[in-house]
Amino acid sequence: MNAIVERVKTLLGPEMAGPGLAFLAVVLVFGLASPQFLSAATFGSVAFQLPELGLLTLAMLLPILTGGLNLAITFTANIAGLTLAWVLQANGGVDAGPGAFLLGSVLAILVGAASGVIMGLVIAFTRAHPILVSLSMMIFLRGLGEFLTRGGDVSGFPAFLGPLGHGSLLGVPIPLIVFIVCVFAWNLLLSRTKLGFNTYMIGSNLEATRYSGTNTRKVIVLVYALSGAMCAIAGIIMLARFNSVRIGHGESYLLITVLACFLGGVNPFGGFGRVIPVFVALVVLQLLSSGLNLVGANQHLATAVWGLLLAGVMVLRFVATKFKISFVRKET
Amino acid sequence: MRSFVSTHATEVSLLAVIMAICAVLSVTTANFFSLGNAFDLLNISSVNIIFAVGLLVVLIAGGIDISFAVAASVVQYGTAIALGWIGGVGWVSGLLIAGSLGILLGAVNAFLIHRFRVISIVATISTFNIYFGLLMFFTKGVSIYDLPDWLTDRVVLFEHEMPDGTWIEITLPVLVMVICVIATWVLITRTTTGRQLYAFGDNPEGARRFGINIGAMQFIAFGWLGLMAGIGGLIQAHYAQEVVPNALYGRELDVLAAVVLGGARLGGGKGSVLGCVLGVLLISITQNGLNLMGVSPFAFKMIIGAIILVAITLSNTSIERLLPFVSQKGASR
Repeated sequence: MNAIVERVKTLLGPEMAGPGLAFLAVVLVFGLASPQFLSAATFGSVAFQLPELGLLTLAMLLPILTGGLNLAITFTANIAGLTLAWVLQANGGVDAGPGAFLLGSVLAILVGAASGVIMGLVIAFTRAHPILVSLSMMIFLRGLGEFLTRGGDVSGFPAFLGPLGHGSLLGVPIPLIVFIVCVFAWNLLLSRTKLGFNTYMIGSNLEATRYSGTNTRKVIVLVYALSGAMCAIAGIIMLARFNSVRIGHGESYLLITVLACFLGGVNPFGGFGRVIPVFVALVVLQLLSSGLNLVGANQHLATAVWGLLLAGVMVLRFVATKFKISFVRKET
Repeated sequence: MRSFVSTHATEVSLLAVIMAICAVLSVTTANFFSLGNAFDLLNISSVNIIFAVGLLVVLIAGGIDISFAVAASVVQYGTAIALGWIGGVGWVSGLLIAGSLGILLGAVNAFLIHRFRVISIVATISTFNIYFGLLMFFTKGVSIYDLPDWLTDRVVLFEHEMPDGTWIEITLPVLVMVICVIATWVLITRTTTGRQLYAFGDNPEGARRFGINIGAMQFIAFGWLGLMAGIGGLIQAHYAQEVVPNALYGRELDVLAAVVLGGARLGGGKGSVLGCVLGVLLISITQNGLNLMGVSPFAFKMIIGAIILVAITLSNTSIERLLPFVSQKGASR
């Protein structure tokens, strides 16, 4: 029994405490406040809303782990979505076949990765601050998108894309399946591959990692390229869900993805943080939003409560570490 | 002069770039090189410069703030409502209310950062969401157009009719901007507090051991930005003649880009008022020039983003390598 507990503990890690407790608190509070909360409808709506924000959060997670930030995520997603949209339109719009969709998706992911590669190269070779590099990339991509679309919508996609945004497979929403596959891919990447190991190492100490013989530049470029590719997947899902591409879609998600990462116990300076706690943090955010919706509040109040939750978790973490330190001192 | 060039590399190169752009624009467009256009530029950039010098102080102190633009929106609303209660009395009361509201909101950030050791970007992202969410919730996204007359009346401080019959004018925002810029300059270069802010931003632990009050530094830096955000918010309301809850949403990142373009370092201890103002002006001038050249407004952001990206790449690949003579002369001295 103890072995199982230990195994679960190492599996979940210390980062799990914050989001785990928040999850229990949210379920408890809203479960008591509203009888409809613990119903299939709530979890259904959460399951459909989670993937958009979740995929973008995954894209944000990797750069944060290296001690950086990718502020261009939402616009990378939309530019990638635009790429797919054009490939579909060039191949007959509503009549486009699955082949065009596949080609478009591959191109979209390449476009997303390309924007990541540019940022990665600038960050790795000039040592400019990632916030600034990704910020200028964000301004550039937003401008590019507005220039290309004149600020309007691009729509008119084949009908088979609908299920990708709204359909279910064996009762599980398809966007959610895509998201969960991506969560597992990211988890595998970070916990089982050399690239993942190096990502953590760079976040902990870039110089030491470089001296140990790791090609840190290559790792940084790869991390931003993967981040861009994940944005593209988010862009494809968003295209299917809204049945249109507009350069402003999901703009408000930008800072919320950072919030979700920090809520999931990721260290703002990089080096520490895992995928599963971030996933739980995302579920907490969506449950909060759905719960508040049920008791009659709107999305804006949910945004405020998300901010309060982040501040509260940080304050609690501070109190907990302080308490632990004084506790240890008393013992010794 | 040489020493100025080597110690102010960013400012000098920014000035050079601005002059180059101005030269090109004066030749290619008919209207750029005129006093009227220069004054227009100043009027338009005022609010951003007020925000920028406030953010500069926080960056120098080693922090970062995402929430100031939203805080400015909260201040606009709060001030408009408060003025409604007390029956708008005039600029002095407006600035006092807006300033103190701003300082209050800045102090919330400083409190979270100092008392609970929350990293400034985390603290300000959470307050960003709190301020914006609550503002949109309570206002339901409704704008206020019913502002006191003294707030919406254009205050022209200087006007002059040009030979071709057009009027040039300097309006109140410019005056307020100049006062804010000078006040910030005095604060960070002419006072002990300013020295301490630089020291704190450069090396917080060293500053603490040297006896600098860390808490006071955080409250001064974020309080100053709050003050500037409050004043900037009020001036923006004056300029736009309305209060729209999400008008300033997203402005924080544009201002941040401009300030860092001006040589402030994310990480603290570096940055100057001159560079900061030049950074904002470079972006405004580019935008203005593109406009006069007849480039589609949809392309503005794209070109500006590309310029910033190139500027960062160049400025980080050490200025000495690009200007070999500067470093050689600097080394021989």
